[in-house]
Amino acid sequence: MATHAAFMPGVGSAEAQTGLWSWITTVDHKRIGILYGTSAFIFFLIGGIEALIMRLQLAVPDNTLVGAQRFNELFTMHGTTMVFLAIMPLSAAFFNYMVPLMIGARDVAFPRLNSLSYWIFLAGALFLHASFLVGAVPDAGWFGYANLTSPQFAPGHHIDFWMLGLQILGIASMLAGFNFIVTIINMRAPGMTLMRMPVFIWMTLVVQFLVVLAFPAITVALILLMFDRFFGTMFYVPAGGGDPLLWQHLFWIFGHPEVYILILPAMGIVSEVLPTFARKPLFGAPVVIYSGIMIGFFGFGVWSHHMFSVGLGPVADSAFSIATMLIAVPTGVKILNWIGTLWGGTVRFTAALYFSLGFIAMFTMGGLSGVMHAAPPVDLQQTDTYFVVAHFHYVLFGGSIFGLFSGMYYWWPKMFGRMLDERLGHVHFWLMLIGFNLTFFPMHYLGLIGMPRRIYTYAPDLGWNFWNLVATIGSFVIALSIAVFIANVWKTHRSGAVAGPDPWDGRTLEWAIPSPPPVYNFAAIPTVHGRDELWLQKHGDGHGGAPSPRPPVPRAEDIAAIHMPPPSYWPIVLAIAMTVMLAGLLISYTQVVVGGLATLYCMYRFAMEYHRPAAEAHS
Amino acid sequence: MSGPAAGGHGAVAVAPHDPNIGTTGLDNRKLGMWIFLGSDCMFFGALIGTYLAYKGKSLSGPGPHDVFNIPLTSLSAAVLLASSLFMVLALHDIQRNDIKHGARWLLATALFGLWFVGNQVYEFAEFVIYYDLKLWTSLFGSSFFVLTGFHGAHVTGGVIWLLLLWRLAKRGLLDARDATKVEIAGLYWHFVDIVWIAIFTVIYLIP
Amino acid sequence: MSRRLARGLSTVSLLLAIATLVSACGLVGWPWDTPMTTVRPKSDFGRLTHDLFMLISWWTLGIFIVVEAGLVYVCWRFRDRPGAPIPTQVHGHTALEIGWTVAFAVILLIIGIPTIRIIFKTQEAPAASLDPLRIDVAGRQWWWEFNYPALKISTANEVHVPAGRVVDFHLNAPDVIHSFWTPQLGGKRDVVPRRVNRLTMTPDTPGEYPGQCAEYCGESHANMRFRVVVHAKDDFDRWVAAQLAPPVEPEGELAQQGKSLFTQLPCVGCHAIRGLSGGAIGPDLTHFGSRRTLASAILPNTAPNLERWLVNPELIKPGVLMPNLGLSHDQAKALTAYLLSLK
Repeated sequence: MATHAAFMPGVGSAEAQTGLWSWITTVDHKRIGILYGTSAFIFFLIGGIEALIMRLQLAVPDNTLVGAQRFNELFTMHGTTMVFLAIMPLSAAFFNYMVPLMIGARDVAFPRLNSLSYWIFLAGALFLHASFLVGAVPDAGWFGYANLTSPQFAPGHHIDFWMLGLQILGIASMLAGFNFIVTIINMRAPGMTLMRMPVFIWMTLVVQFLVVLAFPAITVALILLMFDRFFGTMFYVPAGGGDPLLWQHLFWIFGHPEVYILILPAMGIVSEVLPTFARKPLFGAPVVIYSGIMIGFFGFGVWSHHMFSVGLGPVADSAFSIATMLIAVPTGVKILNWIGTLWGGTVRFTAALYFSLGFIAMFTMGGLSGVMHAAPPVDLQQTDTYFVVAHFHYVLFGGSIFGLFSGMYYWWPKMFGRMLDERLGHVHFWLMLIGFNLTFFPMHYLGLIGMPRRIYTYAPDLGWNFWNLVATIGSFVIALSIAVFIANVWKTHRSGAVAGPDPWDGRTLEWAIPSPPPVYNFAAIPTVHGRDELWLQKHGDGHGGAPSPRPPVPRAEDIAAIHMPPPSYWPIVLAIAMTVMLAGLLISYTQVVVGGLATLYCMYRFAMEYHRPAAEAHS
Repeated sequence: MSGPAAGGHGAVAVAPHDPNIGTTGLDNRKLGMWIFLGSDCMFFGALIGTYLAYKGKSLSGPGPHDVFNIPLTSLSAAVLLASSLFMVLALHDIQRNDIKHGARWLLATALFGLWFVGNQVYEFAEFVIYYDLKLWTSLFGSSFFVLTGFHGAHVTGGVIWLLLLWRLAKRGLLDARDATKVEIAGLYWHFVDIVWIAIFTVIYLIP
Repeated sequence: MSRRLARGLSTVSLLLAIATLVSACGLVGWPWDTPMTTVRPKSDFGRLTHDLFMLISWWTLGIFIVVEAGLVYVCWRFRDRPGAPIPTQVHGHTALEIGWTVAFAVILLIIGIPTIRIIFKTQEAPAASLDPLRIDVAGRQWWWEFNYPALKISTANEVHVPAGRVVDFHLNAPDVIHSFWTPQLGGKRDVVPRRVNRLTMTPDTPGEYPGQCAEYCGESHANMRFRVVVHAKDDFDRWVAAQLAPPVEPEGELAQQGKSLFTQLPCVGCHAIRGLSGGAIGPDLTHFGSRRTLASAILPNTAPNLERWLVNPELIKPGVLMPNLGLSHDQAKALTAYLLSLK
């Protein structure tokens, strides 16, 4: 094929790239991973500040720090930001950086599409936050229940920013989904059968299937809302015969898989960290994998458990209740397998391991409180109260965020070549664990004594005062722990210990190459013999089998001959054109048309960039 | 990108084969298109579901069988089916490196696609002008126009794609080596065709 | 290094254990008998729910203790010691996997069967032979309207019911989705436009129970509160008789002045007072003075509060539909005297 003419000859020139332009045009999965991680962490901080303001408002009854409208905006943006702009892209940072390394590939299947995903994500995030500049911050909750979002009840552009922002973010997620599914199915090193894939890769694969199958539902929900708001249809307007519950169904058909999109990456990370630091293979790995697949599969059949209070009738309530309880089985099995992994190991208490242990301990609590409101009668008392707020923070903070921090301490040396400080890491962990429980454990109690969600104020005579104050104090302990983490990163980049390729005595392929890895990742593509390929190379299988053969040391001329894709500016240009088009819906239809034509043109140029030049035709 | 299958140990000095072909032997782009189509199934599934959920729930305005022009839409279905056949022929010729005929079939596919879109424009105009059924008239109007409109937009996108391929072929920039690109466009085209069959059956034919 | 870590771990485990113990003791000692508690049910519906909640709680608490204790034990027992050899590379144990999968399934069966039983039991329509008291509830931005179709009573933000009789709430929302919830009397039910949901219960203990909208419904969602007053049978009959009486004629100059103000100002466009005005946008005020709270149960119904409310409703309930009429101090005083006289 002649296509390689378009690929960068040799790697020296690629490595020499520095500066802003090289980041804007990069198609290297590792750099895109760092871009995702950095942006997501900034949005995590923004979402966290929103949470702190809400906690301050709720610290005492009848508080007037922020008004009703501002508070509603805060919880809407906090939820939207943490789900779409913090946890999902933090996971994406690890998908991007680690997936090719762990499957022994040089990049993802579609490097420019990868770059496009990132820029569309960033454009969507910035678009959403532009609402602060024009004073029309979304205010209908991250779930945006119809018909509160219809023009009659939501005049102005508040909802428009949310609706279009989520559309843009959805495109980014789906494009990344296509890319990673193809990468994982088709780019594995020779010998890496599906059951030899690391569990993190498996969980990534399940997540990406959830993304590509669930996001269309919210896309349609948002399109219908868009028609209601811009073109006078009545999909969600009762006066026109529309049913606001249609929104809830479409939203939760997306929304429940979304919950697993948020938690499965963390489960994958924990499944890598525990074996490394227990120095044992993951206990029951196939069971953990099948459990992950089951969780993903059932995730599409339980959406109505978010709607038990809606009044769907006893038959639907029973069916969705049982389906929901069923999910507890694979989830519980996973937890026991993680404990089984530690059993009989030699457990090294690094910061990464602590965060994984924190994940198991806290996620277990979130899972168990989830079983409570899987029973519809109990749910009727708990839904829309602080009990549910406690529940999903135990899952998404105690689960996802602890898991993601575990991944950061674990893979930081690989990504940046330096070790994060362990002592600061331990301080970070304990502060976060204490702050987290101080903040969210009392919310179980607050919910059980009747405190509803999404209220900006409460009366002083309901017994809610003390534990609200405690929760507020706890939230600032969490903030302190995040400050320790930032200090750790700063310290590490100034004077952190150099990591070397394999600081943890790792088990999987990413530890077989230098830290940080060269542009081409693997000088020679490895051949894989087992799930813990690197461990097999170093120590054998521990049952008398010979160690796997190590790949030969590559020659300099082989490395010089590796072709990597060249940088491209079409992804960012295309992302901008697309955003201009969609933002036009708020400004003028001329802009929609101009933006649309620009988008088409950019797509054409994007598609033709690698097409061989005319000179090569007629060969 | 360099596929991992490019070499077990050692040199990748001369890329021995297409970097788009992965470990499984499948083409990355083709696999990606299949997954996109799976995702798009969910998209149309949600739209068709919305239409069915609101079937018969309109408060006013004409109903589906007051306005549907079944002969016209049957013709549309036939046109789109025929275009799928042309697409198969186009791919066949391009795989054989018969670019001249391949380009002709590509153009024919695109033109039949345009014919379909033209029929839809006519149908929409008829609904609006003769039956006063507009996008915002009733739930039926809204869910019908949004569903079929998005399908029409898919067809239009396909037509643009086919015309670009046709232009490439005419300029001598498309030959048997690009058969996969044509095949992927074909996958998309057949999918859009199948979605129309579903819409035609569920929306137009079932009373 | 590892010894230091192990020591750290043991200290921490100890701390964790103490903390768990303290909070567990604390849980028992925490006051559960608060005004909006969900765990001191005062109706049959609430009791059924609560029994199920306790059943699930005990099982989940058991699992919680086993898992967390197991985790701490495993970490302690298998901590890395200097010079430890590479552990045996165990990959799994099929019998164990099957065992705990089945164990989870059995526990869920134990929970699932009563769950389904209670779902059906709590959603049954009440038999007509029980003579249920039907109350139509309309959730509006941001107040509650209660109509007793059989008794021809309309009131707002304060619903009165007799103890020991089946109450059949019919819920509907004229604007957006709300959720009707009185924690002490049982779970919530959403109030959805174009839909009539039902919530059936038999309150058994007289008392005053605060309730609140539980589905986010816009700017003043937090201020959409109400009260359920459960009476002994005789008290309820007295309340019904009082509500059916025509509005009281105001006594005293100030109150009479207030009445004429009420009829001259735009008040009449939205509020009904039987025999005086027919507005249907805001709450019926025929017996406003008999209510314990005002502005959807945000404030006690006292003269100073009512004056503040009339002068600037927006200040008390952000986003409220009741306009600021620009009342003078004297006008507000007169209106207050009149409205409070409507016992």
